[in-house]
Amino acid sequence: MKKAKLNNNNVLLLITIVLFAAMYLAGCIVYAGKGFTRLQTFLNILIGNAGLISVTCGMTCVMLTGGIDISVGSLVALDCMIMAVGVEKMGMGSPVLMVFILIVGVVFGAVQGFCIAYLEIQPFIVTMAGMFFARGMTAVLSTQQISITSDALFTKLAGTKIEFPFGGYVNTKGILQVPYIRVTVVVALIVVLATFFLLNYTRFGRSIYAVGGNQQSAALMGLDVKKTQLKTYILCSFLTSIGGICFCLNTMNGTVGQATGLEMSAISSAVIGGTLLTGGVGNVFGSLFGVLINGTISSLVQTNGKLISSWANIVTAILLCFFILLQAVFAKVKERNK
Amino acid sequence: MENDVVLKMQGICMTFPGVKALDHAGLTLKKGEIRALMGENGAGKSTIIKCLTGVNKFEAGEIYLDGFEGPITNRDTMDAQSKGISTVYQEVNLCPNLSVAENIYIGRAPLTKFRTVDRKQMNARAKKLMEELDLNIDVTANLENYSLALQQMIAIARAIDMDCKVLILDEPTSSLDDREVEKLFQVMLNLKKKGVGIIFVTHFLEQVYAVCDGITVLRNGQLVGEYTVEELPRVQLVAAMMGKDFDDLASIKPEGGEIGKDAPLVIDAKGLSHAGTIKPFDLEIREGEVVGLTGLLGSGRSELARAIYGADRSQTGTLKVKGKEAHIKEPIDAMNLGMGLLPDDRKAEGIIGDLSVRENIILAMQAKLGALHKIPMAKQIELADQFIEMLQIKTASRETMIRQLSGGNQQKVILARWLATNPDFLILDEPTRGIDIGTKTEIQKLVVKLAGEGKSVIFISSEIEEMLRTCNRMAVLRDGAKVGEISGDEMTQEGVMHAIAGGDSNE
Amino acid sequence: MSNLKKLTKMRLFLPVFSMILVMAINVVYDIASGNAPFNFFTISLNNGVLYGRLVDVLNRGSEVAILAVGMTLVVSASAGTDISVGSVMSLTGGMCCMLLAGYGVTNVSEYAMPLWAGIGTGILIACVCGLFNGFLVAYMNIQPMVATLILWSAGRAIGLLLCNSQIVYVRVASFQKIGAYVGAIPTPILIAAAVVVIAALVLRFTALGTYIQSVGINKKASRIAGLSSAKIILLCYVICGLCAGIAGIVATSRIYSADTNNIGLNMELDAILSVALGGNSLGGGKFNLAGSIIGAYTIQAITTTLYALGVSSAQAPVFKAIVVILIVVIQAEPVKEYFKKRSAKKAVEGGVQA
Repeated sequence: MKKAKLNNNNVLLLITIVLFAAMYLAGCIVYAGKGFTRLQTFLNILIGNAGLISVTCGMTCVMLTGGIDISVGSLVALDCMIMAVGVEKMGMGSPVLMVFILIVGVVFGAVQGFCIAYLEIQPFIVTMAGMFFARGMTAVLSTQQISITSDALFTKLAGTKIEFPFGGYVNTKGILQVPYIRVTVVVALIVVLATFFLLNYTRFGRSIYAVGGNQQSAALMGLDVKKTQLKTYILCSFLTSIGGICFCLNTMNGTVGQATGLEMSAISSAVIGGTLLTGGVGNVFGSLFGVLINGTISSLVQTNGKLISSWANIVTAILLCFFILLQAVFAKVKERNK
Repeated sequence: MENDVVLKMQGICMTFPGVKALDHAGLTLKKGEIRALMGENGAGKSTIIKCLTGVNKFEAGEIYLDGFEGPITNRDTMDAQSKGISTVYQEVNLCPNLSVAENIYIGRAPLTKFRTVDRKQMNARAKKLMEELDLNIDVTANLENYSLALQQMIAIARAIDMDCKVLILDEPTSSLDDREVEKLFQVMLNLKKKGVGIIFVTHFLEQVYAVCDGITVLRNGQLVGEYTVEELPRVQLVAAMMGKDFDDLASIKPEGGEIGKDAPLVIDAKGLSHAGTIKPFDLEIREGEVVGLTGLLGSGRSELARAIYGADRSQTGTLKVKGKEAHIKEPIDAMNLGMGLLPDDRKAEGIIGDLSVRENIILAMQAKLGALHKIPMAKQIELADQFIEMLQIKTASRETMIRQLSGGNQQKVILARWLATNPDFLILDEPTRGIDIGTKTEIQKLVVKLAGEGKSVIFISSEIEEMLRTCNRMAVLRDGAKVGEISGDEMTQEGVMHAIAGGDSNE
Repeated sequence: MSNLKKLTKMRLFLPVFSMILVMAINVVYDIASGNAPFNFFTISLNNGVLYGRLVDVLNRGSEVAILAVGMTLVVSASAGTDISVGSVMSLTGGMCCMLLAGYGVTNVSEYAMPLWAGIGTGILIACVCGLFNGFLVAYMNIQPMVATLILWSAGRAIGLLLCNSQIVYVRVASFQKIGAYVGAIPTPILIAAAVVVIAALVLRFTALGTYIQSVGINKKASRIAGLSSAKIILLCYVICGLCAGIAGIVATSRIYSADTNNIGLNMELDAILSVALGGNSLGGGKFNLAGSIIGAYTIQAITTTLYALGVSSAQAPVFKAIVVILIVVIQAEPVKEYFKKRSAKKAVEGGVQA
């Protein structure tokens, strides 16, 4: 009774990766003249989306339990504003603020998780309230945009380039352009690996999958479902705060409208990456590729130069539609084979 | 507590909104004993189990467990498990998206020295466990790839692995075929030898007498008595469950035997089938006839009926209803031709939980009339009251939400739903499951009465005597196909067994 | 004590209680700032039109109330939410103005196409969006939040494309009237009232309400009983799209322009909140339309009250969040259990003492 390991979920992941490769390749062919083929283009996608990668990892965990967290965008905005206000208005050092931001993330996640797990309120409502709260608090801290310039360490961290010893090219002015990534990318990749490890090799991670697969069964098998849910929301907000710091290093400012719609980018990245909103199915590598696909689309639109940015949204929506239908078709096939 | 007793529950009281579920109920289990817990619908079997395992918090009474001084309280299932009380529930409570091994070890997976999950060890131990149960399966495959029966075995393996003193099996055989039931009994007998006490909640009388040592009977939340199997023959068991001597059952005889060929054909099915569930079959049903569908579990009884009704649309063949060709794509098409189907799974396909008894009763009738022709409230009330009276439905009012009724009463409401549409042809799939014997009789009498009025009925039941009492003839199914029909002299318990087994029944 | 219990168990308790609470806060504020105590409720006639904070609430809450009608049905039938309504509002407004002005034109004082054609097409597009959502949910069995995610991201973008990323102004009196006044009464109030009344009548005089609830509670059983779950769910989403279209026209006409970036922004959240505040379970099943409508105006009242109290529009969400959490926490099952146990204990102690 040996069953094939290449089950539905692996196939979905494969499709995601193939799609990304195909898209990127298409871009390389069509926009070769505009420099799309350079390694830096790919690295720029990573740099621009480092924060989103971390956030999506957190979102994936929450979605695995069958829940959702739409407060992540607002939390990122709040984090950036905390950094901005802390550095510029209160003269605090950025390392202290980073720790504070992570603590804020943990507390935020704990409150949301408590309401969802122990008070049994629907995740959409609780995280919607969280979203309102965080976005509003951002405005309470400051309604004006604040640029972060006064902290030397922060600025240095943001500006650090980690260079690659290969793939460089000489530009029109005769200067060697070496491909580089930023610190945030390293952080994002570490987050992905750590989350993968957590989800697959710890009891906590496996209980996340169990709770998402069948909450009632998990409870009857003796798992502490509520605690697992609470911890998952804490984890999500924690990873979101890490993403928030990365975001801040990228934008170098705090503003009320920061990261609007980020939650939907995270959700669509996770869905494109094969995570089911009903829970129990998904993995972080798929989500990583989901983010990359999103980033590639934006990059393609940008490189084209003639299309307005709305086109990126439309293409993402079409892709989303495609993946959603694909998952639905697979589910139907599975049902019929039973 | 005596030395040979492993579990003693006494004086347990528990109230749900509006109903006293347990009234000084109790149970005593010896070490190495297999004890059946029996009772009809509303007796409190599942409730008392949930009290034992900590799912329900009861208001009065004590539980004593071997090895513990004084009464114990279980805060939750994990707590109960740690004390040695394991449960395998009626619904397979496992996670379909995890592997077999993970399901067995979730929450207590072996850890490597780095505190990570040791997959290798987990898989190896799971494989060994399944081999002890004589099952050679890939423990790394996801649970959802396996049949329901196999999933149940895995659930039992999990419970066994946790060194239990008391193993509770809550109606485990409902979805198992005979071979799997035998295997289960083997496992139970092995555990018995190891000194484990087993509580076997069931309503299959034969199974009780096949494997149990003792019987505890509940009725209406109270303890009727605790007996050994020897001192309680079947008739007396039924009497204890019902609270009186009952031989009204014998008074129902199939009226009129076979229906003559001159009665008009109501249903003329030729070559209907549904991929994966029922192979092409022919079936004729005449006016005023009650046809039983019999066969082992999984032989296709429900599926045959569903194919006629359109619940699982038939993909081949032709169907003539009252002489005219019919193309049934959805249940409403069948309903418009005068059919009705009482499905066997009332929770999944019967009750609309949050709607009232009244709304549930008029639903099918309303569906036939269409959205634009709402049944006037006065008529709805009249209908609801009529059927509450006729079927003796125990409910606080017609506006009570149906999910607050007991299982048996819910079943009655769904039956009322179909009777309200005044069907010419009614399919009853396990209509008496979970219903007390008093109402069982009434329903059987009702079926015979409907036939007398010229209606036709397909009657499906796991209890062969029930079918013998009401049916004119029976169609026999095996392995997803209709293999024959029996009628007249062949219609005895033995005759039916013969037909189901087929070939040489001594094999 | 049992009277209080009975009161709290009534289906309309939550929305009515919330509304009374908000009004009470207004009264307190008025007294504290030296105004007449019932300033909130005063309605006056200025320049031939009705003025007053209450009128303001009813006026500005029209869009949310209209959305709440459709959202209630969607939540009930499919246990899911249609998060695309805000974007569909924007798309409708964009389509309508683009047609009325002519493609590429950003400012007109005359119609390029008859008014009814522009509005009609806009609403038609909204219904098509509802059809799209409904098809995915009802026939492809895709989760509602996932299915509507598509239009959530695409709707606004398509609206922007139609208007070439510009804000299109339609400065024609008959168009502006939709967002303005009919006599003394603001038109949006009339439109919202009409939508609610029509919905209520349909639910009362057809079996649709029972069908929707039945499908929402148990799809399989409904099918066996003869209902077509797919058709009913599809219908609910089309109705929701229709409501979004109507709301979109109202919102656009208020500012007589298609500001596709901002029309309906975050309004899906307000609509969902109205449904929840109305005492409806987001898990589907039984629904209470009156509750959702009261919930919609309560949310508007909260927003209006906040502005009156001097909270800026960017900071207002904080209070909205607190209100939301308070209201849902009080309604949460575990919390109710806790209070039930407390009062049971007290009753026992009281009995013992006696």
